[in-house]
Order: sequence, then C-alpha cells, then structure tokens
Amino acid sequence: MEAVASHDEHAGPHARGLVRWITTTNHKDIGTLYLCFSLAMFFIAGFLAMLIRAELFEPGARLFSPALYNQFVTMHGLMMIFGVIMPAFVGFANWQIPLMIGAPDMAFPRMNNWSFWLLPFAALLMIGEFFVPGGAAATGWTMYPPLSVEMGPGMDMTIFAIHILGISSIMGAINIITTILNLRAPGMTLMKMPLFVWTWLITAYLLVAVMPVLAGAVTMVLADRHFGTHFFNAAGGGDPIMFQHIFWFFGHPEVYIMILPAFGIISEIIPTFSRKPLFGYASMVYATVSIATLSFVVWGHHMFTVGFPASGQLFFMYATMLIAVPTGVKIFNWVATMWRGSLTFETPMLFAIGFVLMFTIGGFSGLVLAVTPVDIQLHGTYYVVAHFHYVLFSGAAMAIMAGIYYWLPKWTGHMYDETLGKWHFWLTTIFFNLTFFPMHFLGLAGMPRRVADYALQYTTLNQVVSISAFGLGLSQLIFLYVIVKCIRGGVPAGDRPWEGATSLEWTLPSPPPYHTFETEPVIS
Amino acid sequence: MRKTVSGALCALFGILVWAPARAFEINLKPPASPIAEQIYGLHIMVLWVCLGIFIVVFGAMLYAIVNHRKSVGHKPALFHENLALEVVWTIIPFVILAGMAYPATRTVLAMKNTADSALSIEVTGYQWKWQYSYLPYGISFFSTLSTPPAQLADMAPKNRHYLEQVDHPMVVPTGEKIRLLVTSADVVHSWFVPALGVKQDAFPGFIKATWFEVDAPGVYRGFCTELCGKGHAFMPVVVQAVTPAQFAAWVAAEQREKKTAATPAARAQASRGHRTLTAPRAARAA
Repeated sequence: MEAVASHDEHAGPHARGLVRWITTTNHKDIGTLYLCFSLAMFFIAGFLAMLIRAELFEPGARLFSPALYNQFVTMHGLMMIFGVIMPAFVGFANWQIPLMIGAPDMAFPRMNNWSFWLLPFAALLMIGEFFVPGGAAATGWTMYPPLSVEMGPGMDMTIFAIHILGISSIMGAINIITTILNLRAPGMTLMKMPLFVWTWLITAYLLVAVMPVLAGAVTMVLADRHFGTHFFNAAGGGDPIMFQHIFWFFGHPEVYIMILPAFGIISEIIPTFSRKPLFGYASMVYATVSIATLSFVVWGHHMFTVGFPASGQLFFMYATMLIAVPTGVKIFNWVATMWRGSLTFETPMLFAIGFVLMFTIGGFSGLVLAVTPVDIQLHGTYYVVAHFHYVLFSGAAMAIMAGIYYWLPKWTGHMYDETLGKWHFWLTTIFFNLTFFPMHFLGLAGMPRRVADYALQYTTLNQVVSISAFGLGLSQLIFLYVIVKCIRGGVPAGDRPWEGATSLEWTLPSPPPYHTFETEPVIS
Repeated sequence: MRKTVSGALCALFGILVWAPARAFEINLKPPASPIAEQIYGLHIMVLWVCLGIFIVVFGAMLYAIVNHRKSVGHKPALFHENLALEVVWTIIPFVILAGMAYPATRTVLAMKNTADSALSIEVTGYQWKWQYSYLPYGISFFSTLSTPPAQLADMAPKNRHYLEQVDHPMVVPTGEKIRLLVTSADVVHSWFVPALGVKQDAFPGFIKATWFEVDAPGVYRGFCTELCGKGHAFMPVVVQAVTPAQFAAWVAAEQREKKTAATPAARAQASRGHRTLTAPRAARAA
C-alpha cells in the first residue's frame, strides 16, 4: 500500500470526485467506467428479459400488450449486445491491454474518454424510447424493413443510438489497434503477446470493417422513413431482402466481435489455473484469424429461408460448416492445456470450464443450424433463441464474469469472496441450463420466437423456462454483491494472487498505481 | 470425487434430457412429407456426430479434471506444442464435415426443385392473416385466426388448438407436389408448417417459390415465423390434406360457389359456411 500511495503522489495531481471520471484520460479509469456502464445495462436489459419471461409464463397471459412485448424483445437484444457485451469487452481492453503489453496508456487517451462518454447518451436514447408515442422500436434487434420503416419515432431514436454506439466502437477499435501495434514494450513481439491482446487486435479490425456497414444500413432505413427514398421498398424499385444482406454482412462478424475477446479471456485463465502454458499458442492465433476471415463470407446462413438459389444456399452452408474447424481447434487446445496440468478450481476457472463446455453446446447447435435444410426447419423458432443464448450468455457473458473474477483482485487490490463467487457460478450454470436447454425442444416442436403468446402444446416447457429464468436473474444479484464487496475491501491480493499467472500485469502491485510502465519494461 | 462428478453429470443428464423426453416432446414433429423425412434424418445424423465429439472431447477434459488436479498432487507437465496433433485435429473435423455436407447437399437440391408440380398456390402474407389463391382454379380466400376473442383475452377456457386454428385452412391433395408462390402485401412474414418441413419468407414485391407434398390426409398446423408486428403470434398456418378425389370435389364446390356469389354481400354470406367439404370439416373441428 505504501508503494501505491507514493506512486500516486509521484503521478501528480488528478481531479477528484465526479470531475475525475468525466475528464479522465487514464486507461484504468476509462476501463472502470466501461465495466460499470456494462454492469448497469446488464441489469436493465436483464430486467426486460424477466418481463418477457413473465409474459410467456402461460398462454393467454396479458400482462403486456403484444406491441409492448415486442418492444421488450427488441430492446433486450439491442441493449445486451451494444450496451452490455461490447462495452464490457472494451472495458477489459482498456484495463488489460496496456498492462499486458507494457504500455503507459492507450495510444489516444482523449479519444478514449470521448468513446466512453458517448455511450451513456446512446443508452439514454434507448431507454427514452419507451416514453415516446408508439413506444420503443418493436422490430427485433434485426430491424428488418418494411416493419422498421413503419415504426414510430422510437425507431429513429434506435437508429441514432446505433450511430452513436457505432462511432464509439470504431473509435475504441482504432485506439486498440494503434495501441497494440505501436506501444508494445521492447521485446514484446506480436507472437509473444498474451492471447487476449491478439484476440482483441483481430476483433478491433472486425469492428472497423463492419460497424460502418451497420451505420449504412440503418441510415438507409432512416432515409426510407423520412426522406422519400426507396432503398428497401419494392414498389419504388428497392429490395427489402437487400437490407438483410447488408445487416447480416455486419451481423455475422458482429457475432465474432462478441466472442473473440471471450476466447482471449478464457485463453488467459485456463493456463493460469492449469499451471501450464497455453497449448498451441500459434495455432490459437491462426485459428482466431481464420474465424475472423471466414466471418465475412457466411452471412447468408442467417437468411436460408429467404429463398436463395441452390448455389447460394450451398455456398453459405459449406462456408458455415468450415468455421467449425478453427473453432474446434480452439476447444481442443484448451482441453490440451488442462491435460496433465495441475488444476485448481477457483471461481474464474469454474467459469472458464463452464464456458468451454456450454459454448461447445452452442457450437453444436450452430453446426445443426449450418445444415441448410435443418436450418430452414428451425429458423425463426426457439431453437435459434437457445443457440444464440448458449454462445452469448454461457459464451460471451460467462467469459466476462470469468474475467471479472480473474482480474478484480488486480484492479481493486482485494480478493473477492470465493465462497459467494462459487455460489454465483453454480447457480448461474444450473439456472442457465434449465432456462435455455428446454428452448431447443420448444424450437424443434415448432414454437416461433418473438411471439407474445403461444399454443397450448408449449405450456409446460415455457413454465420451466420462466421459473428458471427468474432464478438466473436473481443469481446475478450475488455477482453485484461480490463486486461491490470486493471494491470496498477484503483480504489484500498481493501482486500475483494466482500462482500460475505469468503475464505482465501480475508483476505490478495490486491495485496498480494510477500510471504504470512510465519506463518501458523489457521482455526477455 | 469421481463419484460426485459422475453423479452430478447423471443428474444433469436426467434433468436436461431424460425427464423431458418422458414428459414432453423433445424432437422434431413426426415428419409428414418426404422433405420433412430427410430433414429429420439429417438432424439425427448431426446429433450423433455432436454426441460422439462431445464424449471424446469432454471425456478427456473430465479425466483431466479428476486426475490432473493439484489437490491430488499432480505436477504440471511442460509441453505446450505439438504440430502433428494440431494437423490431426484440423483434418479429422474437416473430413467429418464433408461427410455431413454430402447428404445435406442432396436435400438442398431436392428442396429447391420446384419443377413438375401438380398444383400452384399463391400464398400472400398480410398483417395478420394469410391469403391462398389456387391459380389454375380461380379460387382465392383469406385464412384468419379463428380462436374466439374471449379465449384470447383469457376470459374463457382455451380450446385444444388455441392459436393454431383458422376459419379457412389451405386445402391440398395428398401425394401430389404442391408448389407455393409466396409473397407479402405489407411486411416480411414467413410461412411455416413444422411437420411438413416447409418454410418460406414472404416479401412484398417479390415472389419466392417452394414446395411440399403431404403423405397422408390430416390437419397440419404451423405459424408465421418472421416478426411482423403486434399480431405476429396470431396468424397461424393450417393445412388440410385430403385425398385427390375429395380435393377435386372441394375445388368444384368452391368454383360453384364463386359463380353463384354474384354480389359481395352474397359472397360474404356464402363464405361463412361452405368453404370446405363435409369430410374435411370434421377434421377441422378436431
């Protein structure tokens, strides 16, 4: 603690209180802001999910009108993707990338401040939609026209929110790319970088490539709504299917934007708690690059029911199946890392193992959906809802939780409550599976997604799902409590609380001083 | 420890698979068309492949979790690379995928082949109902949800086919290739009947073709599967398959009715009772 205090003085004065957080250009402060924002949005968007499950508890329930229900579905999706998962990963990037590559800060600290402070305004726009005439956008997060062209002013607010979030993401991505390519400490060659840094480098390129595409798509919707254009209106010579092409050209790389940093986090945690270096580091890097490259040529698998010619369906089926190869390589490497290690099972490791297991289940249902005829059967049903929650909740979100437990001692200087952390893991895992596994069965039986009411044959499973979903939601309060408790105090963590941790951030005190690596470390 | 882990796994398997298998449907609907049959087979094949991979990969992981833990004194090995292994576990999945792609390709080609159909029906999606037009016969009608409003408002007990019933189902002959020409009058919809393995999105201004063939007479129920506004859950699809002879009689009755219904008022009157012939009406009431 003495070292920290003297470092703080040495670092010079910085603003205190609220002004500190508004004006900060410090990567650690901005990382904290991103993560707190993400956590707040997690509970808001999660609350919408609870409302959805309350409505679906039984057929004929009329807690909400179908129109309002559709708004909940739409905003749950948009907020979880753009408000929770993406900002959380940028938060990790801010905290960890400079610490892991031995850089003093991010390359563009002032832009870093701006890219965070755009987010709360986008969030206010999205929440504010519920209070304008016609309510929030009710198109699903995919915003397909013509439905999105017919919406009320809530749709315009969604479009502006997406513009703002897109600008924020692109600035964040440029910052991350520049930092990684230019600010590495001497000796930190590309192929020595921790895998988390690698996955974020590739993710940042994906963001720069596809966020403008989404911005273009929603701008065309905006023009169709207000400026008399007919991009997506067949009567005016446009094409509603074109929107889906453009959207999913963004949308599929977006899926990997939400999972590659998760791969990175897991690739840090598993070696640490296996006390053994990551197996196949080089092949992990190549697999990540392959997945990112392939992500640009598989968008059509979201559109198999559109009615492509056979050649189109076959191309997208083969390309999609191909992604299973590099993804499989990653899973195999993680298992090989654990093989003949010296394993311990602290909370981050539990989440990491849970991630590998449940993400793989999501990968398997992805393989089922890659097979075009089966996809046509299951498209638009609850099977798809089950699939993407396995990759986005037990994938992305549980990797984020793993990362929080892993680095919280470093960031706060205190150990979190291990017992409560384990409770959080087991309750989340059990309720998660009871919530989302039965959705596979609902989808196979033909229940459509995004419906406010359903046929009687689906009642029992929906009740199981709803009750489990409430359990899943409540379990996250433990997470909040553990984080708050850890920030407020606890057993001192020491520089390196994890015996097997090897990357650069563990050579620093916990919490690290306000400014780190002002003199470059040398990596041998 | 081993006992605890395997016990926990058995319990999880029981909760997730075995119990629902006893209590609810956990698989695709029994296929009722040649394409649905193929889809069913493909799905089962992929599941077996997944199960095989799952057992191998997570068997290895479970072995490591049980035996290579620090608490039993296992010392970490130092290896972290093996090129041969990386090549092997790149090539094996590739070969498995190629094996899956072959039958899938055959089904894709069969699904896209709309040639040689016996009958073409134009399907038009509306917010929130379907319109079916039998092109060769000049028959056209709307198909609207027929669940009573009191049941929708939760004011009355729900009947067995709550949200799965319409006033006028699509009537088709069994054993014949039916080509659908699917379009929409407003937003994107999607026409889906699970047991028949047929789903096609409906776009305004575009006509997309697909086909199906029903093996046996019966009523097949489905839904709209593309979010189309507040009535998305309330525009079901119902297909009534009848024998070719019954179908011919139905067509004749419909055409007669069309001739007699000179004025719009008379037409509305007629459409109330005489849409379907006697035998199918019994099926529809079920």
